Amino acid sequence: MYEIVKAEKLTPDVIRLEIRAPHIAKKAKAGMFIMVTPDEHGERVPLTMADFSPEKGTVTIAALEVGKTTKQLGKMKAGDQIFSLVGPLGLPTHLQNYGSVVSIGGGIGLALMYPVVRAFKQAGNHTINIIGARNEKLLMYEKEIQAVSDEFYVCTDDGSKGHHGFVSDILKKFIAENKKVDLVYAVGPIIMMKVIANITRPHNIHTVVSLNPIMVDGTGMCGSCRVIIDGQTKFGCVDGPEFDGHKVDFENLTARNKRYIPEEQISLKRFQEAK
Amino acid sequence: MAEEEKKPKKIVPKKYPMPEQDPKERVKNFDEVPLGQDAEAAIAEANRCLQCKRSPNRKICMEGCPVEIEIPSFIKKIQEGNFEEAVRILREKQSLPAVCGRVCPYENQCEGNCIVGKKNEPVGIGRLERFLADWERKQGKTGKVEVPPPTGKKVAIVGGGPAGLTVAGEMARLGHKVTVFEALQYCGGVLIYGIPEFRLPKEIVRSEVDYIKRMGVEIHNDYVIGKLDTVDELLHDYDAVFVGTGAGLPDWTNLQGENLNGIMSANEYLTRVNLMKGYKFPEYDTPVRVGETVVTIGGGNVAMDCARTSLRLGTKKSVILYRRSEAELPARKEEVHHAHEEGVHFELLAAPLEFIGDECGNVKQVKAIRMQLGEPDASGRRRPIKIPGSEFLIDAQTVLIAIGQSPNPLVPMTTPDLKTKKEGTIGVDPEGRTSKKGVFAGGDIASGAATVILAMGDGKRAARAMHKYLMEDPSWPDPETFEKLYCEL
Repeated sequence: MYEIVKAEKLTPDVIRLEIRAPHIAKKAKAGMFIMVTPDEHGERVPLTMADFSPEKGTVTIAALEVGKTTKQLGKMKAGDQIFSLVGPLGLPTHLQNYGSVVSIGGGIGLALMYPVVRAFKQAGNHTINIIGARNEKLLMYEKEIQAVSDEFYVCTDDGSKGHHGFVSDILKKFIAENKKVDLVYAVGPIIMMKVIANITRPHNIHTVVSLNPIMVDGTGMCGSCRVIIDGQTKFGCVDGPEFDGHKVDFENLTARNKRYIPEEQISLKRFQEAK
Repeated sequence: MAEEEKKPKKIVPKKYPMPEQDPKERVKNFDEVPLGQDAEAAIAEANRCLQCKRSPNRKICMEGCPVEIEIPSFIKKIQEGNFEEAVRILREKQSLPAVCGRVCPYENQCEGNCIVGKKNEPVGIGRLERFLADWERKQGKTGKVEVPPPTGKKVAIVGGGPAGLTVAGEMARLGHKVTVFEALQYCGGVLIYGIPEFRLPKEIVRSEVDYIKRMGVEIHNDYVIGKLDTVDELLHDYDAVFVGTGAGLPDWTNLQGENLNGIMSANEYLTRVNLMKGYKFPEYDTPVRVGETVVTIGGGNVAMDCARTSLRLGTKKSVILYRRSEAELPARKEEVHHAHEEGVHFELLAAPLEFIGDECGNVKQVKAIRMQLGEPDASGRRRPIKIPGSEFLIDAQTVLIAIGQSPNPLVPMTTPDLKTKKEGTIGVDPEGRTSKKGVFAGGDIASGAATVILAMGDGKRAARAMHKYLMEDPSWPDPETFEKLYCEL
């Protein structure tokens, strides 16, 4: 059992939980994830590590409340116990001084983006960060990301804040202006990552994306999370979650992530009716 | 009466029957299939044993047992009705009797050596072991299990599967302080995530794990060594480490279409159903779906588990696709027999060629080809050869890949001086010592995918060597010689 020390809403649909897990906090690195099982009847879901503090002995997870499990997490309070927490899993972000790094995040991806761009900054990179959401209210980690940015851009689909349009518009502009871009890092909805990869591909800009396939164990045992990278089958949990965006088969990932939609709806309905 | 006793014992030709759930009923539930024998039947079965002695001319039952259980001695105690003493004898050598009494391939081991079995059915040693373990559990004992005074030595076990739990039990019995690090939320390894409830009820695994805890063994769940502490870090805090991380990595066919929706590894399917209790969805949250037809590729115990699980999840047709014939099926006889009884359809001498999907990316058919058997290959089994022009299609909403597992790479990857063989297994000497001083390994991570009891045998040997290393002789083979002997194979 792992105790929640702080629970708060980042947006109406995003829960952030700070959980006591000193052993995980000590080993966590940017880009890794945690498997969370809320209670003994729960499923194992891979969640973004939005932060970790070896000093406090805590890890912070963030989840978009879309399904039964994430909605259940959304109801949890400080003092509540999480049944199982396994991590840190996956490979950490490969860090080096690339030069100029453009990091792009959308939606819940912003939570994972924060420790990654912080690490890029600490590695000595010129950090250009672009964050986006449907509207101003759904933006998160804005101040935190801004604080580790050399250049910072905000986009909203409805124009309620920053650039009226998509995060990809800003990237396109950089490329058109021949701005120096040594690495693009993208994390967010599959469609966003796919669009970004398609923009950078013709210009041979190395592009890393962080994928979110469905997992069961998260430790390389089952292959639920397999993704096709350059025609080869890889496991999101142990070979990823970050991959070369130009080599990812996004269509296959999109199809595979829809595998259990009917069951997810049954679970959600049952959860909502039980309240 | 006295005269009668002198007559040679008349052998009862068949094992006393094991009551089982009716096949028609049991395919609708996940309850255990064999129901277990009562004391009367167990004593009668024990009385079929001739109590033969060791002989240089032939092997007896206990010589076929990887963990060296004193089989004739415990059977003698059952004959006398002294179950408590029988359990004590069993427990001396066996850390997981209720498990092995259910899943061991006895026919190739103890029962395979039984002299009664030369002309009749062998003594049902497996079911007697199960009887004793179940009898013991029903006594409902709790509280501490007596162990010797502490030796002051600390041992870390990486992986709480059959090998690791055996080492834990053995080392605790010798007075060492034992800590188990298990990646999943429950201990048991394949006993928990792999073998289905109807073959090995999880309550039984929990009770065996509980027994080991009662011996003073500390267990850390959710603890992935390699991601949290490394083996090197464990060696700072512990006097010796045992690595039993298993063969958790599923093998794939690498055929066209394998990443379609509805195609999964046996590991994923069984983990969803067993560890996560997907068969109780939506009471438990992890979903699992089968559809009208499930095709399982492979012929081992795991394949049988997949095919039989599918029937219980409500599929109309459960097909085993295996490239050799029935005689070569690597599964235990009992599993094949149960699968037949339950209506699993065997498509033998056939191999998959390709998986065909619909427009939404879901599998809809398996394209397969008929095979015939040629000359024996390196494994001694006859090599399957494709029959040209014999391609055929099978409809399938779910395809399960049960063709084997490879060693879990996490510990070797994060322990640079732990030498591995080319297939990824950790190199060990006959005592279970690795190339790294103080580190032992056993089970599937050292042997490749094998059985529960072989993993336990490895654990037993490693524990013996570990005890010697800690208490008597801390010497270690030099790494170069070690590598030549045990890694470059």
